[in-house]
Amino acid sequence: MKQIYLDYNSTSPLDMRVLEVMMPYLTDKYGNASSVHHFGREAKTALERSREQVAETLGAEPSEIYFTSSGTESDNLALKGAAYYLQKKRNHVIVSSIEHHAVLMAAKALQKEGFMVDHLSVDREGRVSPDELREKLNDQTAIVSVMHANNEVGTIQEIAALSAIARERGVLFHCDAVQSVGKIPVNVDDLGVDLLALSGHKLCGPKGAGVLYIRSGVKITPLLQGGHHEKRRRPGTENIPAIVGLGEALRLAEGMREEEHARLAELSDHFINAIQTQIPHVYLNGPRHDERIPSTFNMSFAFIEGESIILSLDLKGVAVASGSACTSGSLDPSHVLLAMDVPTELAQGSIRFSPGRFTTREDLDYTVSVLPEIVERLRSMSPLYHGTG
Amino acid sequence: MNKKVLVAVSGGVDSSTTMILLKERGYEVVAAHMKLWDYNDVGGETTSDGRCCSLESINDLHAICNAHAIPFYVLDFTRQFRNDVITDFVNEYRVGRTPNPCVRCNTHIKWAGFLQKALEIGCDTIATGHYSRVEYNAEFNRTVIRRGVDATRDQSYALWGLSQDALARTLMPLGDFTKTQVRELARKYNLRTAERKESREICFVADDDYHRFLKEWERGKGQKFTEGEIVTSDGRVLGHHEGIAFYTIGQRRGLGISHPTPLYVRKIDPDTNRVIVGDDIDLYAQEFMVNRINWVALDNPIEPFSADVKIRYLHQAAPATVTPDGDGPATVRFHQPERAITPGQSAVFYDGDIVLGGGVIDSIKNS
Repeated sequence: MKQIYLDYNSTSPLDMRVLEVMMPYLTDKYGNASSVHHFGREAKTALERSREQVAETLGAEPSEIYFTSSGTESDNLALKGAAYYLQKKRNHVIVSSIEHHAVLMAAKALQKEGFMVDHLSVDREGRVSPDELREKLNDQTAIVSVMHANNEVGTIQEIAALSAIARERGVLFHCDAVQSVGKIPVNVDDLGVDLLALSGHKLCGPKGAGVLYIRSGVKITPLLQGGHHEKRRRPGTENIPAIVGLGEALRLAEGMREEEHARLAELSDHFINAIQTQIPHVYLNGPRHDERIPSTFNMSFAFIEGESIILSLDLKGVAVASGSACTSGSLDPSHVLLAMDVPTELAQGSIRFSPGRFTTREDLDYTVSVLPEIVERLRSMSPLYHGTG
Repeated sequence: MNKKVLVAVSGGVDSSTTMILLKERGYEVVAAHMKLWDYNDVGGETTSDGRCCSLESINDLHAICNAHAIPFYVLDFTRQFRNDVITDFVNEYRVGRTPNPCVRCNTHIKWAGFLQKALEIGCDTIATGHYSRVEYNAEFNRTVIRRGVDATRDQSYALWGLSQDALARTLMPLGDFTKTQVRELARKYNLRTAERKESREICFVADDDYHRFLKEWERGKGQKFTEGEIVTSDGRVLGHHEGIAFYTIGQRRGLGISHPTPLYVRKIDPDTNRVIVGDDIDLYAQEFMVNRINWVALDNPIEPFSADVKIRYLHQAAPATVTPDGDGPATVRFHQPERAITPGQSAVFYDGDIVLGGGVIDSIKNS
């Protein structure tokens, strides 16, 4: 059976060009970047080259780039690291209510340790309000965290406006840019952020490497103790193959960003229109244009459960998700959709589509050809649908 | 196109063998593990073993299904299981009855939500690893449940609640095998579950300590059990109990009473919150009422009929006359008195190895 992958926001296939640059570090060049000998120098050179690639893409200095194992680790290091460093002076943290669990759970952990945590609400399209941020900031606030693009609905936040408000008050601003890097411009100065997280495997790079950008002068307390790797802010032998892959993946994504953006926007709009034309009672959750990552779209199919659609599509060879991969397997409706005031029934019937670099028009056409039948079958069995027609 | 079947897989040897057996027989097999409860909610042992719902079971299933190119899903039924099975389990004990949670799980979860999910994803049939047989019977002109060929493993006692529609969409291939044969098959198929231990107690009481479970569950809801008296039939108070929920008919141990002759729980009275004890002979009764009846091989009988009636999982079905009451309940009269007929347990009516129907024991006459 043909397998079609429309779940790039969970993870993405490795680009062969990335694998090629990684390969030497998975085979011959196995050194530890901390070693003084030839092998160590080889690894160290690769590590620093990758750091430069990342820095250049983000408009940062290489010295501001710290490698971690994942987006989750970067978010944790940013939030907890900054909060711990400031805790004698400030004990308040603000996060948006639609953050990835990496941020939400890190904030929850801080709350258990005695920090005050406030959540910013969002409007029906998933946007945080600058006014609410202004109101919630106080003299105790240590850090604000708002994601750049949401993983479930694709909404893009006005990070520059939000970070300006925080920084006016001398408050650190962290941005989870895992779902935006490589898809829209991400420049740390334009965004005005102090900390920014990204991950390689969402960009057709390998799993196992993430980045935390830490603006020069910003202090954090490390979460791990060990050697002097990453200037002691993230000790642990660097995952050189994955870091090399991340650097190359980011470089490639940035190089083809505008072209890919246009291609995926066109494909996705075509797909959304086809679905809405062929299936009644389907709603797009989130903004329609411009303010959304075009290749992230979340649709609610009224009267039925998202889980049954996903399983049925899987049995037809189409891979999609409901909510984030991290919340699948539980039937609780997505916290993002609930925060956007999507009614619970519609939130439970939602599917996230996230096509990407290797998605073709044929892939989406095939999906459009199987989806109406699935939705019709599920609705014919749904007690909620009867009498609606 | 081949028939598409959704197999309910626990992670044990029986359901994993069922899955491969059906695949070999040419079915298009999809497998799903029902997540029914969470250790955080039910307490008990958290480190163990090969029980259903533990993470290792799921990992084993992933590996087996992957090796056999079977799509595998984990379906979350924790909310329904809590509402329809655990809540009933606790409530039944609270009123002094002894529930069969497996019966409720079969009727309210497996052949309800799980079957529904199967139909939703385009399967027309579900299959389980029960040691019973489901087949059309011309004489009754119904889809019937028969005891499995392995009499020691037969699970038909817990299946009486299934509707004709549900049975028509059900496969239980292991009903034709003995447990020994199934283990051999599992070894032949190279299943890593082949040597897995049995799990025959109540799955969500992981440590088999149902007293602990009830106490923790009620404490979690800010409730507790009410202490009361242990009395003889003529009202003599012999001792005190921690709550009628901790007793079951026929129980001898744990009464905490010293008495010259052995004492047994013969009745539990929720109205007076008393546990009534007596001699072994007092446990025998002949007639009882059954409600919540579901007819399987029979179609709403109105005349009395003879049947072998089984009143608990390990009971040897005994001859009786069943008198349907017209609009729901029935009266069962054993030909000979039976020991410890227990309200809350299922009574299942058999004709030979065919399940005619069943229900829940409600009250015992003349006791």
